[in-house]
Amino acid sequence: MSVAPATIELAGLRLVGPVLTAAGCGGTGRELAAYGDLDRLGAFVTRSISLNARPGGPQPRILETPSGLVHATGLPNPGIDQFLATELPWLLQQGARVVVSIVAGSLGEYAELARRLGRAPGVSAIEVNLSSPDATVSGVFDVREPFHAAGAVSAVHRDLPRGLPVLAKLRPDVLRVVETARTVLDAGASAVVVGNALPAALPDGRPAGLSGPAVRPLSLRCVTEVRDALPDAQIVGAGGISSADDARSFLAAGAVAVQIGTALLHDPTSAARIAAELAVDAAHDHERMDA
Amino acid sequence: MTAAPIAQAAGRLAPLHVRGELLAGRRVGAFHHLTLAAPGVPERFRPGTFVALSVGETHLARRAFWIHQVKPMGGHGATIQIVVEPVGVGTRWLTGLPTGTGLDVTGPLGRAFALPKEAVSCVLIGEEYAAAPLFPLAERLRERGCRVSMIVAGRDEAHLLSTLEAKRSARSVTVVTRDGSIGQKGSVADVVGDVLRREEAAVVYGAGTVSSLHAVAAAAEEHGAWSQTAIEQPLTCATGLCHGCAVPVVGEDGAPRLARACADGPVFRGDRVRWDEVGK
Repeated sequence: MSVAPATIELAGLRLVGPVLTAAGCGGTGRELAAYGDLDRLGAFVTRSISLNARPGGPQPRILETPSGLVHATGLPNPGIDQFLATELPWLLQQGARVVVSIVAGSLGEYAELARRLGRAPGVSAIEVNLSSPDATVSGVFDVREPFHAAGAVSAVHRDLPRGLPVLAKLRPDVLRVVETARTVLDAGASAVVVGNALPAALPDGRPAGLSGPAVRPLSLRCVTEVRDALPDAQIVGAGGISSADDARSFLAAGAVAVQIGTALLHDPTSAARIAAELAVDAAHDHERMDA
Repeated sequence: MTAAPIAQAAGRLAPLHVRGELLAGRRVGAFHHLTLAAPGVPERFRPGTFVALSVGETHLARRAFWIHQVKPMGGHGATIQIVVEPVGVGTRWLTGLPTGTGLDVTGPLGRAFALPKEAVSCVLIGEEYAAAPLFPLAERLRERGCRVSMIVAGRDEAHLLSTLEAKRSARSVTVVTRDGSIGQKGSVADVVGDVLRREEAAVVYGAGTVSSLHAVAAAAEEHGAWSQTAIEQPLTCATGLCHGCAVPVVGEDGAPRLARACADGPVFRGDRVRWDEVGK
Protein backbone atom coordinates (compact mmCIF):
# COMPACT_ATOMS: atom_id res chain seq x y z
CA MET A 1 0.00 0.00 0.00
CA SER A 2 1.43 3.35 -0.88
CA VAL A 3 0.75 6.15 1.53
CA ALA A 4 -0.70 8.88 -0.62
CA PRO A 5 -0.16 12.32 0.86
CA ALA A 6 -3.51 13.36 2.25
CA THR A 7 -3.48 17.05 1.62
CA ILE A 8 -5.51 19.39 3.76
CA GLU A 9 -6.73 22.90 3.18
CA LEU A 10 -5.88 25.52 5.78
CA ALA A 11 -6.51 29.22 5.28
CA GLY A 12 -6.61 28.69 1.53
CA LEU A 13 -3.30 26.81 1.54
CA ARG A 14 -2.97 23.23 0.40
CA LEU A 15 -0.70 21.42 2.89
CA VAL A 16 0.70 17.88 2.68
CA GLY A 17 -0.82 16.97 6.02
CA PRO A 18 -2.33 18.34 9.21
CA VAL A 19 0.84 18.36 11.36
CA LEU A 20 2.65 21.67 11.86
CA THR A 21 5.39 22.62 14.27
CA ALA A 22 4.53 25.11 17.01
CA ALA A 23 6.35 28.43 17.15
CA GLY A 24 9.47 28.41 19.28
CA CYS A 25 9.85 24.64 19.37
CA GLY A 26 11.59 23.92 16.08
CA GLY A 27 14.72 26.04 16.47
CA THR A 28 15.70 27.65 13.18
CA GLY A 29 14.55 24.53 11.34
CA ARG A 30 18.10 23.32 10.75
CA GLU A 31 18.25 21.56 14.10
CA LEU A 32 14.89 19.87 13.54
CA ALA A 33 15.73 18.78 9.99
CA ALA A 34 18.28 16.32 11.43
CA TYR A 35 15.36 14.21 12.69
CA GLY A 36 12.92 14.31 9.77
CA ASP A 37 12.41 16.06 6.45
CA LEU A 38 10.67 19.40 6.90
CA ASP A 39 8.76 19.02 3.62
CA ARG A 40 6.87 16.07 5.13
CA LEU A 41 5.22 18.41 7.63
CA GLY A 42 2.14 20.47 6.85
CA ALA A 43 4.19 23.55 7.63
CA PHE A 44 7.14 24.73 9.65
CA VAL A 45 6.10 27.54 11.99
CA THR A 46 9.08 29.69 12.92
CA ARG A 47 9.86 30.97 16.39
CA SER A 48 8.25 34.37 16.89
CA ILE A 49 10.19 36.94 14.88
CA SER A 50 10.25 40.60 15.93
CA LEU A 51 11.29 43.74 14.06
CA ASN A 52 14.57 44.04 15.98
CA ALA A 53 16.68 41.24 17.39
CA ARG A 54 15.75 40.07 20.89
CA PRO A 55 18.49 38.42 22.97
CA GLY A 56 16.02 36.65 25.25
CA GLY A 57 15.65 36.66 29.00
CA PRO A 58 17.80 35.66 31.99
CA GLN A 59 18.46 32.14 33.26
CA PRO A 60 16.81 29.92 34.15
CA ARG A 61 14.57 30.19 31.12
CA ILE A 62 12.89 26.79 31.19
CA LEU A 63 12.14 24.42 34.05
CA GLU A 64 10.45 21.07 34.24
CA THR A 65 7.17 20.66 36.08
CA PRO A 66 5.00 17.51 36.24
CA SER A 67 4.03 16.69 32.63
CA GLY A 68 4.97 20.19 31.57
CA LEU A 69 7.56 22.87 31.09
CA VAL A 70 7.46 26.37 32.59
CA HIS A 71 9.26 28.82 30.38
CA ALA A 72 10.17 32.48 30.12
CA THR A 73 12.58 32.60 27.22
CA GLY A 74 11.87 36.23 26.37
CA LEU A 75 11.25 35.33 22.71
CA PRO A 76 14.89 35.28 21.52
CA ASN A 77 15.21 35.79 17.77
CA PRO A 78 17.57 37.51 15.33
CA GLY A 79 15.07 40.12 14.09
CA ILE A 80 13.24 40.20 10.77
CA ASP A 81 16.15 41.31 8.54
CA GLN A 82 18.48 38.57 9.69
CA PHE A 83 15.64 36.03 9.53
CA LEU A 84 14.80 36.94 5.94
CA ALA A 85 18.46 36.93 4.91
CA THR A 86 19.61 33.67 6.48
CA GLU A 87 16.85 31.50 7.92
CA LEU A 88 13.96 31.80 5.46
CA PRO A 89 15.97 30.96 2.30
CA TRP A 90 17.33 27.81 3.92
CA LEU A 91 13.84 26.68 5.00
CA LEU A 92 12.47 27.23 1.49
CA GLN A 93 15.41 25.31 0.04
CA GLN A 94 14.32 22.32 2.11
CA GLY A 95 10.91 22.48 0.48
CA ALA A 96 9.27 23.45 3.77
CA ARG A 97 6.00 25.36 3.85
CA VAL A 98 6.93 28.31 6.04
CA VAL A 99 4.55 30.05 8.39
CA VAL A 100 6.29 33.00 10.02
CA SER A 101 5.24 33.66 13.58
CA ILE A 102 5.54 37.33 14.49
CA VAL A 103 5.45 39.33 17.68
CA ALA A 104 5.73 43.09 18.12
CA GLY A 105 5.80 45.85 20.69
CA SER A 106 3.26 48.09 18.98
CA LEU A 107 0.67 48.15 16.21
CA GLY A 108 3.14 50.13 14.09
CA GLU A 109 5.70 47.35 14.46
CA TYR A 110 3.09 44.76 13.48
CA ALA A 111 2.34 46.73 10.33
CA GLU A 112 6.04 47.06 9.52
CA LEU A 113 6.60 43.32 9.98
CA ALA A 114 3.65 42.65 7.65
CA ARG A 115 5.08 44.94 4.98
CA ARG A 116 8.50 43.26 5.11
CA LEU A 117 7.04 39.75 5.07
CA GLY A 118 4.62 40.66 2.31
CA ARG A 119 7.59 41.41 0.06
CA ALA A 120 9.48 38.23 1.02
CA PRO A 121 9.06 35.48 -1.56
CA GLY A 122 8.08 32.06 -0.37
CA VAL A 123 6.25 32.79 2.88
CA SER A 124 3.04 30.73 3.06
CA ALA A 125 1.31 32.49 5.94
CA ILE A 126 1.81 34.76 8.93
CA GLU A 127 0.96 33.63 12.44
CA VAL A 128 0.38 36.49 14.84
CA ASN A 129 1.47 35.49 18.33
CA LEU A 130 -1.32 36.89 20.49
CA SER A 131 -0.63 34.66 23.43
CA SER A 132 2.92 35.19 24.63
CA PRO A 133 2.52 34.15 28.27
CA ASP A 134 5.23 36.48 29.55
CA ALA A 135 4.21 39.48 27.45
CA THR A 136 4.02 41.73 30.47
CA VAL A 137 7.77 41.56 31.00
CA SER A 138 9.05 41.13 27.50
CA GLY A 139 7.88 44.42 25.99
CA VAL A 140 5.34 42.77 23.72
CA PHE A 141 2.14 44.51 22.65
CA ASP A 142 -0.44 43.68 25.29
CA VAL A 143 -3.25 41.61 23.80
CA ARG A 144 -5.05 40.40 26.87
CA GLU A 145 -8.26 42.08 25.74
CA PRO A 146 -9.93 40.69 22.60
CA PHE A 147 -10.09 44.13 20.93
CA HIS A 148 -6.32 44.49 21.36
CA ALA A 149 -5.86 41.13 19.68
CA ALA A 150 -8.13 42.24 16.84
CA GLY A 151 -6.10 45.46 16.52
CA ALA A 152 -2.89 43.51 16.04
CA VAL A 153 -4.50 41.22 13.46
CA SER A 154 -5.98 44.06 11.43
CA ALA A 155 -2.65 45.96 11.53
CA VAL A 156 -1.00 42.91 9.97
CA HIS A 157 -3.82 42.02 7.60
CA ARG A 158 -4.09 45.55 6.19
CA ASP A 159 -0.48 45.61 5.08
CA LEU A 160 -0.24 42.15 3.60
CA PRO A 161 -0.75 41.34 -0.08
CA ARG A 162 -4.00 39.55 -0.84
CA GLY A 163 -3.63 35.80 -0.69
CA LEU A 164 -1.12 35.77 2.17
CA PRO A 165 -3.23 34.44 5.03
CA VAL A 166 -3.04 35.46 8.67
CA LEU A 167 -3.34 32.92 11.46
CA ALA A 168 -4.04 34.24 14.94
CA LYS A 169 -2.58 32.23 17.80
CA LEU A 170 -4.72 32.46 20.91
CA ARG A 171 -4.17 31.48 24.51
CA PRO A 172 -6.15 28.45 25.71
CA ASP A 173 -8.21 30.53 28.13
CA VAL A 174 -11.57 28.82 28.09
CA LEU A 175 -13.41 31.91 29.37
CA ARG A 176 -12.14 34.30 26.69
CA VAL A 177 -11.18 32.16 23.74
CA VAL A 178 -14.49 32.25 21.87
CA GLU A 179 -14.81 36.01 22.13
CA THR A 180 -11.18 36.48 21.07
CA ALA A 181 -11.52 34.06 18.19
CA ARG A 182 -14.61 35.90 16.92
CA THR A 183 -12.94 39.31 17.03
CA VAL A 184 -9.70 38.21 15.32
CA LEU A 185 -11.63 36.43 12.56
CA ASP A 186 -13.68 39.60 12.05
CA ALA A 187 -10.41 41.54 11.90
CA GLY A 188 -9.17 39.47 8.97
CA ALA A 189 -7.62 36.29 10.37
CA SER A 190 -8.17 33.30 8.09
CA ALA A 191 -7.87 30.76 10.90
CA VAL A 192 -7.28 30.61 14.62
CA VAL A 193 -4.59 28.58 16.33
CA VAL A 194 -6.10 27.61 19.67
CA GLY A 195 -3.61 26.75 22.35
CA ASN A 196 -0.35 28.22 23.48
CA ALA A 197 1.29 28.26 26.86
CA LEU A 198 -0.94 29.16 29.79
CA PRO A 199 0.16 32.09 31.94
CA ALA A 200 2.16 30.69 34.85
CA ALA A 201 5.14 31.61 37.00
CA LEU A 202 8.63 30.26 37.53
CA PRO A 203 9.50 29.29 41.12
CA ASP A 204 11.17 32.69 41.58
CA GLY A 205 7.89 34.40 40.67
CA ARG A 206 8.83 35.61 37.20
CA PRO A 207 5.91 35.52 34.71
CA ALA A 208 6.19 32.47 32.49
CA GLY A 209 4.16 30.06 30.40
CA LEU A 210 3.12 26.48 31.13
CA SER A 211 3.19 24.05 28.19
CA GLY A 212 3.09 20.35 27.58
CA PRO A 213 0.71 17.47 28.25
CA ALA A 214 -0.35 19.20 31.49
CA VAL A 215 -2.35 21.77 29.46
CA ARG A 216 -3.66 19.42 26.78
CA PRO A 217 -7.16 18.83 28.20
CA LEU A 218 -7.61 22.60 28.61
CA SER A 219 -6.57 23.25 25.03
CA LEU A 220 -8.87 20.56 23.76
CA ARG A 221 -11.77 22.11 25.67
CA CYS A 222 -10.96 25.49 24.08
CA VAL A 223 -11.03 23.91 20.62
CA THR A 224 -14.46 22.42 21.29
CA GLU A 225 -15.76 25.75 22.61
CA VAL A 226 -14.62 27.62 19.50
CA ARG A 227 -15.96 24.91 17.20
CA ASP A 228 -19.38 24.99 18.90
CA ALA A 229 -19.64 28.78 18.89
CA LEU A 230 -18.06 29.39 15.47
CA PRO A 231 -18.73 26.30 13.35
CA ASP A 232 -17.37 27.93 10.19
CA ALA A 233 -14.02 28.94 11.74
CA GLN A 234 -10.92 27.04 10.75
CA ILE A 235 -9.13 25.91 13.91
CA VAL A 236 -5.59 24.66 14.38
CA GLY A 237 -5.29 22.81 17.68
CA ALA A 238 -2.22 23.03 19.86
CA GLY A 239 -1.23 22.35 23.44
CA GLY A 240 0.59 19.30 24.74
CA ILE A 241 -0.03 17.10 21.71
CA SER A 242 2.55 14.31 22.02
CA SER A 243 1.18 11.36 20.06
CA ALA A 244 -0.89 10.53 17.02
CA ASP A 245 -3.80 9.70 19.34
CA ASP A 246 -3.59 13.15 20.90
CA ALA A 247 -3.63 14.68 17.43
CA ARG A 248 -6.62 12.54 16.43
CA SER A 249 -8.62 13.80 19.40
CA PHE A 250 -8.01 17.42 18.35
CA LEU A 251 -8.93 16.63 14.74
CA ALA A 252 -12.05 14.80 15.90
CA ALA A 253 -12.96 17.87 17.99
CA GLY A 254 -13.03 19.99 14.87
CA ALA A 255 -9.45 21.15 14.29
CA VAL A 256 -8.28 21.00 10.66
CA ALA A 257 -4.64 20.80 11.72
CA VAL A 258 -2.49 20.52 14.82
CA GLN A 259 0.76 22.02 16.05
CA ILE A 260 3.44 20.03 17.85
CA GLY A 261 5.51 22.05 20.31
CA THR A 262 6.72 20.83 23.68
CA ALA A 263 6.74 17.23 22.44
CA LEU A 264 9.57 18.18 20.07
CA LEU A 265 11.69 19.24 23.01
CA HIS A 266 11.25 15.81 24.58
CA ASP A 267 11.54 13.85 21.34
CA PRO A 268 12.74 15.71 18.24
CA THR A 269 11.23 13.04 16.00
CA SER A 270 7.70 13.44 17.41
CA ALA A 271 6.25 15.74 14.74
CA ALA A 272 7.62 13.60 11.90
CA ARG A 273 6.32 10.44 13.56
CA ILE A 274 2.84 11.85 14.22
CA ALA A 275 2.68 13.15 10.63
CA ALA A 276 3.61 9.70 9.31
CA GLU A 277 1.00 7.95 11.48
CA LEU A 278 -1.76 10.36 10.42
CA ALA A 279 -0.77 9.86 6.77
CA VAL A 280 -1.47 6.15 7.22
CA ASP A 281 -4.92 6.99 8.68
CA ALA A 282 -5.64 9.18 5.69
CA ALA A 283 -4.57 6.45 3.27
CA HIS A 284 -6.92 3.99 4.98
CA ASP A 285 -9.78 6.48 4.73
CA HIS A 286 -8.95 6.88 1.08
CA GLU A 287 -9.10 3.10 0.53
CA ARG A 288 -12.45 2.90 2.29
CA MET A 289 -13.81 5.64 0.09
CA ASP A 290 -12.59 3.78 -2.99
CA ALA A 291 -14.20 0.52 -1.86
CA MET B 1 49.95 34.22 20.23
CA THR B 2 50.70 33.57 16.55
CA ALA B 3 48.46 32.06 13.89
CA ALA B 4 45.57 30.02 15.26
CA PRO B 5 46.93 26.54 15.99
CA ILE B 6 43.44 25.10 16.29
CA ALA B 7 41.69 23.52 13.37
CA GLN B 8 38.17 24.70 12.68
CA ALA B 9 35.75 22.02 13.79
CA ALA B 10 34.93 19.99 10.70
CA GLY B 11 31.34 19.50 9.54
CA ARG B 12 29.37 17.50 12.04
CA LEU B 13 27.36 14.44 11.22
CA ALA B 14 23.71 14.87 12.06
CA PRO B 15 22.73 13.45 15.45
CA LEU B 16 20.42 10.46 15.70
CA HIS B 17 17.40 9.79 17.91
CA VAL B 18 17.35 6.08 18.66
CA ARG B 19 15.92 3.51 21.02
CA GLY B 20 18.90 2.45 23.08
CA GLU B 21 19.41 0.03 25.92
CA LEU B 22 21.19 0.14 29.24
CA LEU B 23 23.74 -2.66 28.99
CA ALA B 24 25.73 -2.31 32.16
CA GLY B 25 26.14 -0.11 35.20
CA ARG B 26 29.11 0.05 37.51
CA ARG B 27 29.57 2.20 40.57
CA VAL B 28 32.95 3.91 40.88
CA GLY B 29 33.29 6.22 43.89
CA ALA B 30 30.45 8.75 43.81
CA PHE B 31 29.66 8.06 40.15
CA HIS B 32 27.92 5.42 38.08
CA HIS B 33 29.50 4.43 34.78
CA LEU B 34 26.65 3.38 32.48
CA THR B 35 27.20 1.53 29.22
CA LEU B 36 24.52 2.09 26.58
CA ALA B 37 23.71 0.55 23.25
CA ALA B 38 22.63 3.37 20.93
CA PRO B 39 22.81 2.14 17.33
CA GLY B 40 24.72 4.52 15.07
CA VAL B 41 25.64 6.98 17.81
CA PRO B 42 29.12 5.66 18.73
CA GLU B 43 30.29 5.81 15.12
CA ARG B 44 29.55 9.56 15.04
CA PHE B 45 31.24 10.39 18.32
CA ARG B 46 33.90 13.05 18.66
CA PRO B 47 35.34 14.10 22.05
CA GLY B 48 33.28 16.88 23.60
CA THR B 49 29.96 15.71 22.18
CA PHE B 50 27.21 14.42 24.44
CA VAL B 51 24.00 12.41 24.49
CA ALA B 52 20.54 13.38 25.73
CA LEU B 53 18.42 10.77 27.48
CA SER B 54 14.70 10.73 28.24
CA VAL B 55 13.73 10.15 31.85
CA GLY B 56 10.34 8.51 31.38
CA GLU B 57 7.35 10.13 29.70
CA THR B 58 6.25 12.71 32.27
CA HIS B 59 9.66 14.32 32.78
CA LEU B 60 9.83 16.43 29.64
CA ALA B 61 13.34 17.88 29.91
CA ARG B 62 16.13 15.71 28.54
CA ARG B 63 19.18 14.84 30.63
CA ALA B 64 22.55 15.43 29.00
CA PHE B 65 25.70 13.41 29.62
CA TRP B 66 29.21 13.63 28.21
CA ILE B 67 30.24 10.64 26.19
CA HIS B 68 33.14 9.19 28.17
CA GLN B 69 34.10 6.22 26.07
CA VAL B 70 33.18 4.41 22.91
CA LYS B 71 34.02 0.74 22.97
CA PRO B 72 32.79 -2.52 21.52
CA MET B 73 30.80 -4.85 23.75
CA GLY B 74 30.08 -8.43 22.77
CA GLY B 75 26.92 -8.78 20.69
CA HIS B 76 26.22 -5.05 20.57
CA GLY B 77 29.03 -3.64 18.48
CA ALA B 78 30.16 -0.20 19.55
CA THR B 79 28.63 1.13 22.75
CA ILE B 80 28.93 4.41 24.63
CA GLN B 81 29.79 4.97 28.23
CA ILE B 82 28.54 7.91 30.29
CA VAL B 83 29.36 8.99 33.84
CA VAL B 84 26.39 9.85 36.04
CA GLU B 85 26.36 11.32 39.53
CA PRO B 86 22.98 10.54 41.14
CA VAL B 87 22.07 13.95 42.52
CA GLY B 88 18.66 14.80 41.02
CA VAL B 89 15.38 13.15 40.03
CA GLY B 90 16.62 12.15 36.59
CA THR B 91 20.09 10.97 37.53
CA ARG B 92 18.78 8.92 40.47
CA TRP B 93 16.16 7.33 38.20
CA LEU B 94 18.80 6.47 35.62
CA THR B 95 21.27 4.99 38.06
CA GLY B 96 18.53 2.85 39.60
CA LEU B 97 17.47 1.20 36.34
CA PRO B 98 18.04 -2.51 35.81
CA THR B 99 20.24 -3.47 32.88
CA GLY B 100 18.25 -4.26 29.77
CA THR B 101 16.02 -1.18 30.19
CA GLY B 102 15.21 0.62 26.93
CA LEU B 103 16.07 4.32 26.75
CA ASP B 104 15.53 7.04 24.17
CA VAL B 105 18.96 8.36 23.26
CA THR B 106 19.73 11.39 21.09
CA GLY B 107 23.27 12.06 19.98
CA PRO B 108 26.01 12.73 19.54
CA LEU B 109 25.02 16.35 20.18
CA GLY B 110 26.97 19.59 20.23
CA ARG B 111 30.21 20.97 18.91
CA ALA B 112 33.25 18.85 19.75
CA PHE B 113 36.65 20.01 20.97
CA ALA B 114 38.71 21.49 18.14
CA LEU B 115 42.06 19.75 17.69
CA PRO B 116 45.42 21.42 17.08
CA LYS B 117 46.81 21.21 13.55
CA GLU B 118 50.28 20.46 14.82
CA ALA B 119 51.83 18.32 17.52
CA VAL B 120 51.84 20.81 20.39
CA SER B 121 51.74 20.66 24.16
CA CYS B 122 48.18 20.35 25.48
CA VAL B 123 46.89 20.56 29.03
CA LEU B 124 43.51 18.96 29.80
CA ILE B 125 41.68 20.05 32.94
CA GLY B 126 38.72 18.00 34.11
CA GLU B 127 36.62 18.44 37.20
CA GLU B 128 34.63 15.60 38.76
CA TYR B 129 32.39 13.72 36.26
CA ALA B 130 32.85 16.50 33.70
CA ALA B 131 36.35 15.15 33.10
CA ALA B 132 34.65 12.35 31.14
CA PRO B 133 35.16 13.74 27.60
CA LEU B 134 38.84 14.50 28.24
CA PHE B 135 39.95 10.87 28.22
CA PRO B 136 38.95 10.16 24.61
CA LEU B 137 40.27 13.63 23.76
CA ALA B 138 43.67 12.72 25.24
CA GLU B 139 43.72 9.66 23.02
CA ARG B 140 43.05 11.69 19.85
CA LEU B 141 45.67 14.26 20.81
CA ARG B 142 48.29 11.60 21.44
CA GLU B 143 47.53 10.05 18.05
CA ARG B 144 48.45 13.45 16.58
CA GLY B 145 51.73 13.43 18.45
CA CYS B 146 50.67 16.06 20.97
CA ARG B 147 52.19 16.10 24.43
CA VAL B 148 49.27 15.62 26.82
CA SER B 149 49.17 16.62 30.48
CA MET B 150 46.11 16.46 32.72
CA ILE B 151 44.73 18.10 35.80
CA VAL B 152 42.09 15.98 37.48
CA ALA B 153 40.11 17.85 40.13
CA GLY B 154 37.23 17.26 42.50
CA ARG B 155 35.90 17.88 45.98
CA ASP B 156 37.39 14.59 47.28
CA GLU B 157 38.76 11.28 46.09
CA ALA B 158 35.30 9.76 45.55
CA HIS B 159 34.45 12.58 43.11
CA LEU B 160 37.46 12.09 40.84
CA LEU B 161 37.33 10.18 37.61
CA SER B 162 39.97 7.47 37.52
CA THR B 163 43.39 8.97 38.19
CA LEU B 164 44.84 5.64 37.06
CA GLU B 165 43.24 6.07 33.67
CA ALA B 166 44.53 9.65 33.58
CA LYS B 167 48.07 8.39 34.17
CA ARG B 168 47.69 6.05 31.20
CA SER B 169 46.33 8.87 29.02
CA ALA B 170 48.73 11.64 29.91
CA ARG B 171 52.42 12.28 30.26
CA SER B 172 51.90 13.99 33.60
CA VAL B 173 48.89 14.14 35.87
CA THR B 174 48.19 16.69 38.59
CA VAL B 175 45.53 15.65 41.07
CA VAL B 176 43.84 18.31 43.15
CA THR B 177 41.04 17.91 45.70
CA ARG B 178 39.24 20.46 47.82
CA ASP B 179 39.71 18.45 50.99
CA GLY B 180 43.22 17.19 50.17
CA SER B 181 42.08 13.55 50.44
CA ILE B 182 44.30 12.77 47.47
CA GLY B 183 46.80 14.87 45.54
CA GLN B 184 47.21 18.56 46.26
CA LYS B 185 44.69 20.36 48.42
CA GLY B 186 43.00 23.22 46.58
CA SER B 187 41.14 24.08 43.41
CA VAL B 188 41.71 24.17 39.66
CA ALA B 189 42.39 27.90 39.94
CA ASP B 190 45.21 27.23 42.42
CA VAL B 191 47.20 24.93 40.14
CA VAL B 192 46.33 25.70 36.53
CA GLY B 193 48.78 28.60 36.05
CA ASP B 194 51.78 26.59 37.26
CA VAL B 195 50.90 23.58 35.11
CA LEU B 196 50.49 25.69 31.96
CA ARG B 197 53.91 27.28 32.56
CA ARG B 198 55.60 23.98 33.34
CA GLU B 199 54.16 22.23 30.29
CA GLU B 200 54.58 25.26 28.00
CA ALA B 201 51.02 24.61 26.91
CA ALA B 202 49.87 25.81 23.48
CA VAL B 203 46.28 24.59 23.84
CA VAL B 204 44.27 24.15 27.03
CA TYR B 205 41.09 22.08 27.27
CA GLY B 206 38.72 22.40 30.22
CA ALA B 207 35.53 20.69 31.40
CA GLY B 208 33.98 21.44 34.77
CA THR B 209 32.19 24.11 36.77
CA VAL B 210 31.85 27.62 35.41
CA SER B 211 34.18 29.06 38.06
CA SER B 212 36.91 26.54 37.22
CA LEU B 213 36.50 27.09 33.48
CA HIS B 214 36.73 30.83 34.05
CA ALA B 215 40.04 30.25 35.86
CA VAL B 216 41.23 27.98 33.03
CA ALA B 217 40.36 30.55 30.35
CA ALA B 218 42.04 33.33 32.31
CA ALA B 219 45.21 31.30 32.90
CA ALA B 220 45.35 30.34 29.21
CA GLU B 221 44.98 33.96 28.19
CA GLU B 222 47.73 35.04 30.57
CA HIS B 223 50.00 32.29 29.32
CA GLY B 224 49.27 33.01 25.65
CA ALA B 225 47.61 29.63 25.02
CA TRP B 226 44.35 28.83 23.22
CA SER B 227 41.57 27.49 25.37
CA GLN B 228 38.62 25.25 24.61
CA THR B 229 36.07 25.06 27.40
CA ALA B 230 33.17 22.63 27.63
CA ILE B 231 30.32 24.37 29.43
CA GLU B 232 27.68 22.41 31.25
CA GLN B 233 24.29 24.09 31.62
CA PRO B 234 20.93 22.63 32.54
CA LEU B 235 19.36 21.78 29.18
CA THR B 236 15.73 21.29 28.22
CA CYS B 237 15.72 19.90 24.69
CA ALA B 238 19.51 19.53 24.29
CA THR B 239 19.03 19.67 20.52
CA GLY B 240 18.99 23.42 19.79
CA LEU B 241 15.22 23.71 19.43
CA CYS B 242 14.13 25.54 22.58
CA HIS B 243 16.70 28.33 23.09
CA GLY B 244 16.63 27.69 26.83
CA CYS B 245 20.36 27.27 27.50
CA ALA B 246 21.79 30.67 26.66
CA VAL B 247 25.53 31.20 27.10
CA PRO B 248 26.80 34.81 26.91
CA VAL B 249 29.59 35.03 24.36
CA VAL B 250 31.39 37.55 22.22
CA GLY B 251 30.95 36.89 18.50
CA GLU B 252 33.72 36.91 15.91
CA ASP B 253 32.60 40.46 15.10
CA GLY B 254 33.26 41.44 18.73
CA ALA B 255 29.56 41.93 19.45
CA PRO B 256 28.01 40.35 22.56
CA ARG B 257 25.59 37.55 21.80
CA LEU B 258 23.73 34.73 23.50
CA ALA B 259 24.68 31.33 22.12
CA ARG B 260 23.03 28.01 22.86
CA ALA B 261 25.10 25.74 25.11
CA CYS B 262 23.72 22.63 23.39
CA ALA B 263 23.90 23.51 19.71
CA ASP B 264 26.48 26.32 19.45
CA GLY B 265 28.54 24.68 22.24
CA PRO B 266 29.01 22.93 24.54
CA VAL B 267 32.64 23.63 23.65
CA PHE B 268 33.43 27.34 23.34
CA ARG B 269 36.70 29.18 22.94
CA GLY B 270 37.51 30.35 26.45
CA ASP B 271 38.30 33.87 25.30
CA ARG B 272 34.86 34.19 23.69
CA VAL B 273 32.78 33.50 26.80
CA ARG B 274 31.58 36.37 29.01
CA TRP B 275 32.29 34.34 32.14
CA ASP B 276 30.90 36.78 34.70
CA GLU B 277 27.48 36.56 33.06
CA VAL B 278 27.17 32.79 32.58
CA GLY B 279 24.02 31.43 34.22
CA LYS B 280 22.51 34.88 34.76
